[in-house]
Amino acid sequence: MKNFIIRRIILGLFITFFGAMLSYTVIRSLPTSYVESVARQRASNPLSTKTYQEWITELNQVYGLDKGIIPGFFGWLGNAIKGDFGESWHYAVPVTEKFSEVIWVSIILNIVTTLVQFFIAIPLGILAARKQYSRTDYAITFFALMGISLPTFFLATILKYVFAIKLQWFDLYGLTGRFHTTMTSFEQTIDIAYHLVLPVITLMMLSVGGLMRYTRTNMLEVLNSDYIRTARAKGLPEKVVINKHAFRNTLIPLVTSLSGILPGMFTGAMITETLYQIPGIGYISYQAIIRGDIPFAMFYMVFLILLTQVSILVSDILYAIVDPRIRVN
Amino acid sequence: MSELEATNFPAEPTQSPPSHQEMALDDARRVKTLSPGMLVFKRFIRNKLAVLGLVILVLMFLFSFVGPFLSPYTQTQVFYKQDTISKDYAGAIYNTELRYSVHPSSSFEGGDRARFLLALGKGETVFSSGDRSFAFFEEGEGFYRIAELENVAEVMLGRVNPVGGYTLPPGFTEAFEAADAADEITFELNGETYVLSQVMKTTHISTQRDVAIASYSIFDAYRAEDNSLVGSYDFRLRSGMANVNDETSFTFNNREFQIVEHEGQVTILDDQGEPFAEVSDIIVNPLDQGEFLSVEFKALAREAINNRESEFEFTDANGVTTEYDINRVNTNYYIKRETTTTLINMFEFPTIAHPLGLDNNGMDMLTRLMYGGRISLMVGFVAVFIELIIGVTIGGISGYFGGWIDTALMRFVDLFNSIPQMPLILIFGSVMDTLEVEPMQRMFILMAILGLLGWTGIARVVRGQILSLREQDFMVATEATGVRTSRKIFRHLVPNVMPILIVTATGSLGGLIITEATLGFLGLGIKYPLASWGSIINISSDAFIMGTYWFMWIPAGALILLTVLGFNFVGDGLRDAYDPRMRR
Repeated sequence: MKNFIIRRIILGLFITFFGAMLSYTVIRSLPTSYVESVARQRASNPLSTKTYQEWITELNQVYGLDKGIIPGFFGWLGNAIKGDFGESWHYAVPVTEKFSEVIWVSIILNIVTTLVQFFIAIPLGILAARKQYSRTDYAITFFALMGISLPTFFLATILKYVFAIKLQWFDLYGLTGRFHTTMTSFEQTIDIAYHLVLPVITLMMLSVGGLMRYTRTNMLEVLNSDYIRTARAKGLPEKVVINKHAFRNTLIPLVTSLSGILPGMFTGAMITETLYQIPGIGYISYQAIIRGDIPFAMFYMVFLILLTQVSILVSDILYAIVDPRIRVN
Repeated sequence: MSELEATNFPAEPTQSPPSHQEMALDDARRVKTLSPGMLVFKRFIRNKLAVLGLVILVLMFLFSFVGPFLSPYTQTQVFYKQDTISKDYAGAIYNTELRYSVHPSSSFEGGDRARFLLALGKGETVFSSGDRSFAFFEEGEGFYRIAELENVAEVMLGRVNPVGGYTLPPGFTEAFEAADAADEITFELNGETYVLSQVMKTTHISTQRDVAIASYSIFDAYRAEDNSLVGSYDFRLRSGMANVNDETSFTFNNREFQIVEHEGQVTILDDQGEPFAEVSDIIVNPLDQGEFLSVEFKALAREAINNRESEFEFTDANGVTTEYDINRVNTNYYIKRETTTTLINMFEFPTIAHPLGLDNNGMDMLTRLMYGGRISLMVGFVAVFIELIIGVTIGGISGYFGGWIDTALMRFVDLFNSIPQMPLILIFGSVMDTLEVEPMQRMFILMAILGLLGWTGIARVVRGQILSLREQDFMVATEATGVRTSRKIFRHLVPNVMPILIVTATGSLGGLIITEATLGFLGLGIKYPLASWGSIINISSDAFIMGTYWFMWIPAGALILLTVLGFNFVGDGLRDAYDPRMRR
């Protein structure tokens, strides 16, 4: 087990290293005229204290643009390991500072969404599996596929149209209301929670379908296995069969999927955060990326790569904890 | 593997043999057995959701690929509408500059006019310009007669001496003395008017000859052919004099002209009593080059301005009555009228001609959706095709050769998979924005990027499938019979991977269409003038348009949803049909 984890960590680091290198290569291969125009643009930004030439110099410094791609990458990596990801062009503050400022919004958003999603998807998935081919099953399947097929932006636009424009229950954009600064801290919390309702619904609707189908498929597989037949044959009540024997075994793949959605949450939330202009890591990165903020884009990419590797590692460990058979091997 | 399962599927009644004695493969038995493909088809057809998905997809394809041929409009056809807007039509101003009419046989040029204005300002009545000297007479308010003087005599110390061989008529000296005593500046003798002017101690006596008249009045002839007559010096002089002397008529060219004064305006009638010319001190000019204003219009406009009215009506020669508004800015008057102008018909709500209305560029929404569907579907299909080529190649090599090649390639797939796609696609989108890539080129680049980023899933599936196929007996048989490697792969392995490939491809098509639409929505995908469903919805990021014009985004969104739903239904149905064990 220990060996396995060590091997997995080494592989993860290896992939992160080459992933970062690949990302760096892609970003470096972009036409230089683009980099120059970005530098020019940044230099004319009133927030910027540097001139065009200084920006170019900074580019060369941070990314070693005067050097080749490989030495340039190692220069970047050397700084990155020390925690220095450079200064964001768009926000004109160090990348890590901006990151730590906004990440908590995304974390709250994603935790709430994941909880809501599990509370909805697992019971419905089990229900669909128990009543296979019934009308309920068809309805749940249809609903799940509908959620999978809905583009984020369309769902968000519809929700905004209905709840923000027609019913006027929520604000169209933003994390805080107009009078946020004059509120007490309790009211501020309520205000933020209120503004997160639509984004949570959007994110939840998009991922709940997949999870529901996943639960259903696994539950069906478990329900068809021999030990369930045995449990029923020895006369256990249906409730015990489902909750004790079947459900516990469906947890194995569910736990894996839980860690699998971890990096997906941050990329998926990117579009949702942008649509609702929630200043989480997704929206902030989106703005940086479309403005060609290479230090921030590079940081975000590496952050996601690392997150993926961590989530794979966690899922492997969790798998081993949940399923004793794996521990033996 | 899958077709083995399929043929043994217990739910197929055609296959379960009635008894073990009939298990021999005779011809009658063969006929009853359905081919694996047929079985898959039958199972697919029985799945209602899958058939629904297929129907949706067929409709979408018809809509996108046949629809444009049926649509009466093209993709970029802009529709216009006529609308009336209040537009400046004519300008009017009180004339503050003197207008000159010069005697046909004489000249009164710019320099002379400047001297005249100078003298007028100083209150002098005599002035000289160059070697000519002039005198002017204010015949009426704002009406000046300018005459050139010719020296005939000089008076020095009370003695009158003729100049330049001029013969003084009898009684000249007496007449001069009488006028001098009375302090007059002119005197008449024998029908000739003499002008006195003082230079130093010498008094000059001159004859005078009219050269020009100056007045503030504007003359407009009712008939174009009368313009030269009305503009002529003599006509101006006669009419002006008559007006000044409060006469109601004057004779010119043996024609009797009447003068009618009416609310500050003077109309001259000819011998038939018809209006002949308008005299006014207000200039009315069209603001548009090539526009011609009739005298009647000018008369009405002047009357309105004189009466301080803010609007008037005018009926033109064709009998069309138009309302005009008068707008005063300082000393200028602007005459506005409602003009019909051609405007781009934006955001028109659905009508019969345009069932889904017109968009922000005045283009037919339904037609844009058809062409947009074409691009959305095409981007999806090309990207999937690229994914398949790369995925099958890498997955196939990895699965077939195994060993270190497999490990290396799979690590590469892991690596590739770890790179987040969305940020990368956004980066490419914004780079294309900065470089201003052509819309058509952009579409191809987008297809390539989407395809290049999404092949890892297919590679994994193909590898897994080939790994398991490799162990099967028929592959051992190909080994034993010495079949070429390429033939083994393409003749024996690839057809067996086909079903799972189709299922995976169908499933990923939906995702690709969503990705493309998301890019379009963010404004980083397909660009105007090309359309895709996503880029059509792009406009709904403007909250006002989203709230006001539902037809701008709901149809496009519904089409995306339906298409993706169709692909997912069909993909699901296909998977179930190929692999009944996994059936939901």
